[in-house]
Amino acid sequence: MRYVEEFRDPKAAKGLLAAIDRVVDEIGATAENPVYIMEICGGHTHAIFRYGLDKLTPAGVEFIHGPGCPVCVLPMARVDECVELAEQEDVIFTTFGDAMRVPGTKKSLLQAKADGADIRMVYSPLDALELARRNPEREVIFFGLGFETTTPSTALSIQQAAREGLTNFTVFCNHITVPPPIKALLDDPHMVLDGFVGPGHVSMVIGTHPYDFIADDYGKPIVVAGFEPLDLLQSVLMVLEQIRDGRAVVENQYARVVPEHGNPVSLAAIEDVYEKRPSFAWRGLGEIDESGLRIREKYAAFDAEAKFGIGYGAEVERSVEEPEGCACSQVMTGRIKPTGCPQFGLGCTPEMPLGALMVSSEGACAAYYQYGGGRAAVEAAE
Amino acid sequence: MCLGIPGQIVEITDESRLMAMADVSGVRREVSIAPVLGAGMTPGDLIGEYALIHVGFAMAIIDEQEAAETLKALEGLGEAQETLEAMAEGAKALEERA
Ligand code: SF4
Repeated sequence: MRYVEEFRDPKAAKGLLAAIDRVVDEIGATAENPVYIMEICGGHTHAIFRYGLDKLTPAGVEFIHGPGCPVCVLPMARVDECVELAEQEDVIFTTFGDAMRVPGTKKSLLQAKADGADIRMVYSPLDALELARRNPEREVIFFGLGFETTTPSTALSIQQAAREGLTNFTVFCNHITVPPPIKALLDDPHMVLDGFVGPGHVSMVIGTHPYDFIADDYGKPIVVAGFEPLDLLQSVLMVLEQIRDGRAVVENQYARVVPEHGNPVSLAAIEDVYEKRPSFAWRGLGEIDESGLRIREKYAAFDAEAKFGIGYGAEVERSVEEPEGCACSQVMTGRIKPTGCPQFGLGCTPEMPLGALMVSSEGACAAYYQYGGGRAAVEAAE
Repeated sequence: MCLGIPGQIVEITDESRLMAMADVSGVRREVSIAPVLGAGMTPGDLIGEYALIHVGFAMAIIDEQEAAETLKALEGLGEAQETLEAMAEGAKALEERA
């Protein structure tokens, strides 16, 4: 038990691990015939590797790393469009720092900045709004990226811009939603998934009901979890107990933060500002129905796609090809481990990422690399 | 950017825009309190409360112990430091001249 002493409450951790062992035995799961549990959120992926939960839990539990890292699922075409927007005259392009190193087909935003584009890393869309106020002669574009945790902040910023009558603030909206890719994975005949650990902070916004279909239609348990190691262990135990008992319901382990019905102000802002796109492309997963959001017609003045004719609003169709030799899509769908990718630790490292899963600490490849000993992890896995 | 960070709301800075100053791990950052302003509340009611802050928006009121434990968990993951750096980047971006 390499890391348990680091836990906030090592005794509680040991108790949970013992209970997990017991339930895994009761289920009869083994290394050859494991229970497959997907943690949806990239923050959970990071925590699982950081605390070695994949090693601490018995061999009968296999974690499959879900698509819940917005940087990782960002298609190259979107990065290209960001660069194109940013390289226009008189534009200040603003983005979360996480997106800076994601490779595009020609360059990343970081390289575009080095080439002279005015690209600024911001902490919040509120910073982009403030830049627009301070620079009325320039166009300030905010790259709206992320799941339901960041979606309301962009929506509330657009509402604020509208109230102030700003004419130089737009959002390049690439917000995505959690439930549709889960449905897509559940519909994939090659995927074996026995249960889910649900995202905590996304659920704080949307509540727990958007996951009802996972239990009701697909008969799989899902437990919404906090991201403390103890939260994760407890949630895994709750999933396993449901499997053992033949139950499938949505449970909320993180009720101290996640209200059943989400955050009403945020949900109202999302509903007011966005509508679903018929479909949206995910790196590694392809097009998924109703998985992305676009800005409604009534806020078109704040929509960078409409204003600059770029992105899904444009005439040109872009293909979503992945870089040569990259196995991101197989890793993303749980078919191989990151160490199974020929580029892992060679052509693809956190310093020089080839695929997006290596860019952010929430990506499975970066987490494997950071906590698994880099390229040595490949030999260890063999 | 996906995980929120706990902060304490210390002062209302703009009543009409629902903006407040939050103390995030000793760093002061202006945040929106719109999402946590329940019906019948006034902004001043939030002073002293702890909130989970996502990219500049207070998204949930939490208690002091939850705030402390969440911060510790974030520090363990290196996410707290990352968020504080992002806040500093954001402040810098406002001053930059093209
Ligand atoms: S190692 Fe790099 S190229 Fe290979 S799957 Fe991971 S991110 Fe993609």
